[in-house]
Amino acid sequence: MLNVSIYRYNPEVDAEPYMQDYQVDTQGKDVMVLDVLEKLKTEDPSLSFRRSCREGVCGSDGLNISGKNGLACITPLSSAVKGNKLVIRPLPGLPVIRDLVIDMSQFYAQYEKIQPYMINNSPAPAIERLQSPEERAKLDGLYECILCACCSTACPSFWWNPEKFIGPSGLLQAYRFLADSRDTATEERLANLDDPFSVFRCHGIMNCVQVCPKGLNPTKAIGHIRNMLIRSAT
Amino acid sequence: MANMRTMSFDAVIVGGGGSGMRAALQLSQSGYKTAVITKVFPTRSHTVSAQGGITCAIASDDPNDQWQWHMYDTIKGSDYIGDQEAIEYMCQTGPEAIFELEHMGLPFSRTEEGRIYQRPFGGQSKDFGNGGQAARTCAAADRTGHALLHTLYQGNLKSETTFLNEWYAVDIVKNEDNAVVGVVAIDIETGETVYVKSKATVFATGGAGRIYASTTNAHICTGDGVGMALRAGFPVQDIEMWQFHPTGIHGAGTLVTEGCRGEGGYLINKDGERFMERYAPNAKDLAGRDVVARSMVLEILEGRGCGPDGDHVYLKLDHLGEETLNAKLPGILELSRTFAHADPVVEPIPVVPTCHYMMGGIPTNVDGQALTIDKDGNDQVINGFYACGEAACVSVHGANRLGGNSLLDLVVFGRASGMFIEKQLREGINLKEASEADIERAMTGLNRINNSADGEQASVLRAELQTIMQNYFGVFRRGDFMQQGIEKLKALRPRIENVALDDKSNAFNTARIEALELQNLFATAEATAIAAEGRTESRGAHAREDFQERDDENWLCHSVYFPDSKTLGKRGVNFNLKTREAFEPKIRTY
Repeated sequence: MLNVSIYRYNPEVDAEPYMQDYQVDTQGKDVMVLDVLEKLKTEDPSLSFRRSCREGVCGSDGLNISGKNGLACITPLSSAVKGNKLVIRPLPGLPVIRDLVIDMSQFYAQYEKIQPYMINNSPAPAIERLQSPEERAKLDGLYECILCACCSTACPSFWWNPEKFIGPSGLLQAYRFLADSRDTATEERLANLDDPFSVFRCHGIMNCVQVCPKGLNPTKAIGHIRNMLIRSAT
Repeated sequence: MANMRTMSFDAVIVGGGGSGMRAALQLSQSGYKTAVITKVFPTRSHTVSAQGGITCAIASDDPNDQWQWHMYDTIKGSDYIGDQEAIEYMCQTGPEAIFELEHMGLPFSRTEEGRIYQRPFGGQSKDFGNGGQAARTCAAADRTGHALLHTLYQGNLKSETTFLNEWYAVDIVKNEDNAVVGVVAIDIETGETVYVKSKATVFATGGAGRIYASTTNAHICTGDGVGMALRAGFPVQDIEMWQFHPTGIHGAGTLVTEGCRGEGGYLINKDGERFMERYAPNAKDLAGRDVVARSMVLEILEGRGCGPDGDHVYLKLDHLGEETLNAKLPGILELSRTFAHADPVVEPIPVVPTCHYMMGGIPTNVDGQALTIDKDGNDQVINGFYACGEAACVSVHGANRLGGNSLLDLVVFGRASGMFIEKQLREGINLKEASEADIERAMTGLNRINNSADGEQASVLRAELQTIMQNYFGVFRRGDFMQQGIEKLKALRPRIENVALDDKSNAFNTARIEALELQNLFATAEATAIAAEGRTESRGAHAREDFQERDDENWLCHSVYFPDSKTLGKRGVNFNLKTREAFEPKIRTY
């Protein structure tokens, strides 16, 4: 039997959060953490968590699993269980709505701040805008972000300034548009980021890189933005 | 009830996937007050899982490609019960809709010429089936759905669409004229119930793959729109037509794109034989999905399956080389390593046909207007009610959808619905206000669940439902088995209606949502069962052992399931092409 300890909090019932212990029979199989949660929910339907695609592309089930942020659906027990114990908490640093469900408004607000859409006011051609494979390759490692918030909620700078620091996820997306040969708003985008907090609160701690379930590298993208800001200032 | 809040919009779209967000984009860009009700944050919608691409004759891979060839393939693929007028509209309008997405920033993969990269997919041909395999599926690596969904969300942020994220639509509100005037919805975070009133209500609620035990579909694909429409007394069309995707990962059910076979991968049995050469000598592994799925099941049934239980086959990719796999199919490498514990660079992926797509749904015309059938058999528009995407049956897929056509369907008809509603709003929509009793009626199901005193757990009932559908209504079907399945569903109905809800709290109560979803799963499953038993022929994805031939004399038509009488009717297929004479039904071979 696997020992599972889960963060519980229902604002209508509980004065404060607590850890609830369960025992789960995994039949020795190396299933995913989400499978364990689903099994527990059949026994205790009051346990609340988000999930959708169950294959690591929708970004619903970002959780803090045995101390590390990750997606429950693609984290096998073999990489999360220590001493026959699995500890599941909500992603840290954002308000908890209930159990493992956090309020992600601040995270989404930072995403919206970077104008996460193509800006190109030149008249569109009758077909697609052309882009070479080399230009397109610059978007690899950027566009794949699934907005799961594993990175931003692992970032001390985001914990301290969630209203002012864009955070690794938002900045990765900012660079996704800066790097796109089809986008023409580079100056405007850089001007929006040019303050002491938006970008420069990144201290290169690299927790984001360590936890990203898609293997992306926000720190590198932030470095590129810094260079662009410095170059545009001189 | 008297205290229930009302929110009013010009247009409300239920569902934040590809078709819903494309419809919303159209309307909010023209300045109409538009809301999207979505039970998950929009980028968590199931469109995100689409991998291989979006099929469309943009003439990038082949400068001489023609949308008419795509139209021919789609009609043939549908086994001739796709509506030809709708297919013509989709294939002709497609390029415009794709270029719009590209202009919005969708990061398509590229050719050396800088154009959108296109790959071969199943059922594709040049020159009306005479010119060999075409490469017509536009791709963003193998993450096309993700790229498309995020681009549409971004476009909606730019055009300032109102998003009611993590709200769940419970039921349709109808006025005294039987017109749809909005929905009752729950704000999941707070539990508040709200009447969301609208001049136009668009159902873009996606599919219901979760009626089966083994599915590529996300947990959230629970047929909410179909369930709501059926409870409101509206019919559904061709709901017996379920696509089983040839390559779901054995055990996990997760999808492996047809693009793998498009890029040169192929299926093998336990003897290492490339068995599709026997079943489809020309198209081989790129035959229609229904054909490939059936061939795989036959291999397994005849003892040539792989693994200790002989219950799957292998998809071989290693001969393509690591470089190609990394460039073209990076997501598949990830999925296979995670869920099959197989590295496609050196070993094959264990795969098995898995429920993937609902070809049927709410019948609509090309403008997205939902239809019902009057007692004389004529189409009647349901005022105020629209549907697009997988929830709708417009019908471009007929009895079998071609790979890459679902993304095109949702973009083209999300857009078409939006444009038509725009026009109607400009001209003025006047529907009678809902009375208190009308709104109260839409609360019936929710009230029952909120007041449930005993009953069984939703998860237990759901598992039973999924097992019945898997066992009695799978890839191969037989009348006497299906009748047994229908009896089992009848016995399950009262238990599902009486589902337990022990936890009555309001804040993010997912148990309540799952109890409501279960009602929709059941409604969709029951309609599927009755329609499948009723269609006494084999066509497309619907393969019957007791009626093995296609029966054009009796069944070259849509089935229409009426929920109040639980009976099956027929509706004619549209053969009215605007640009040429219709394609007459032929024997379908690949």
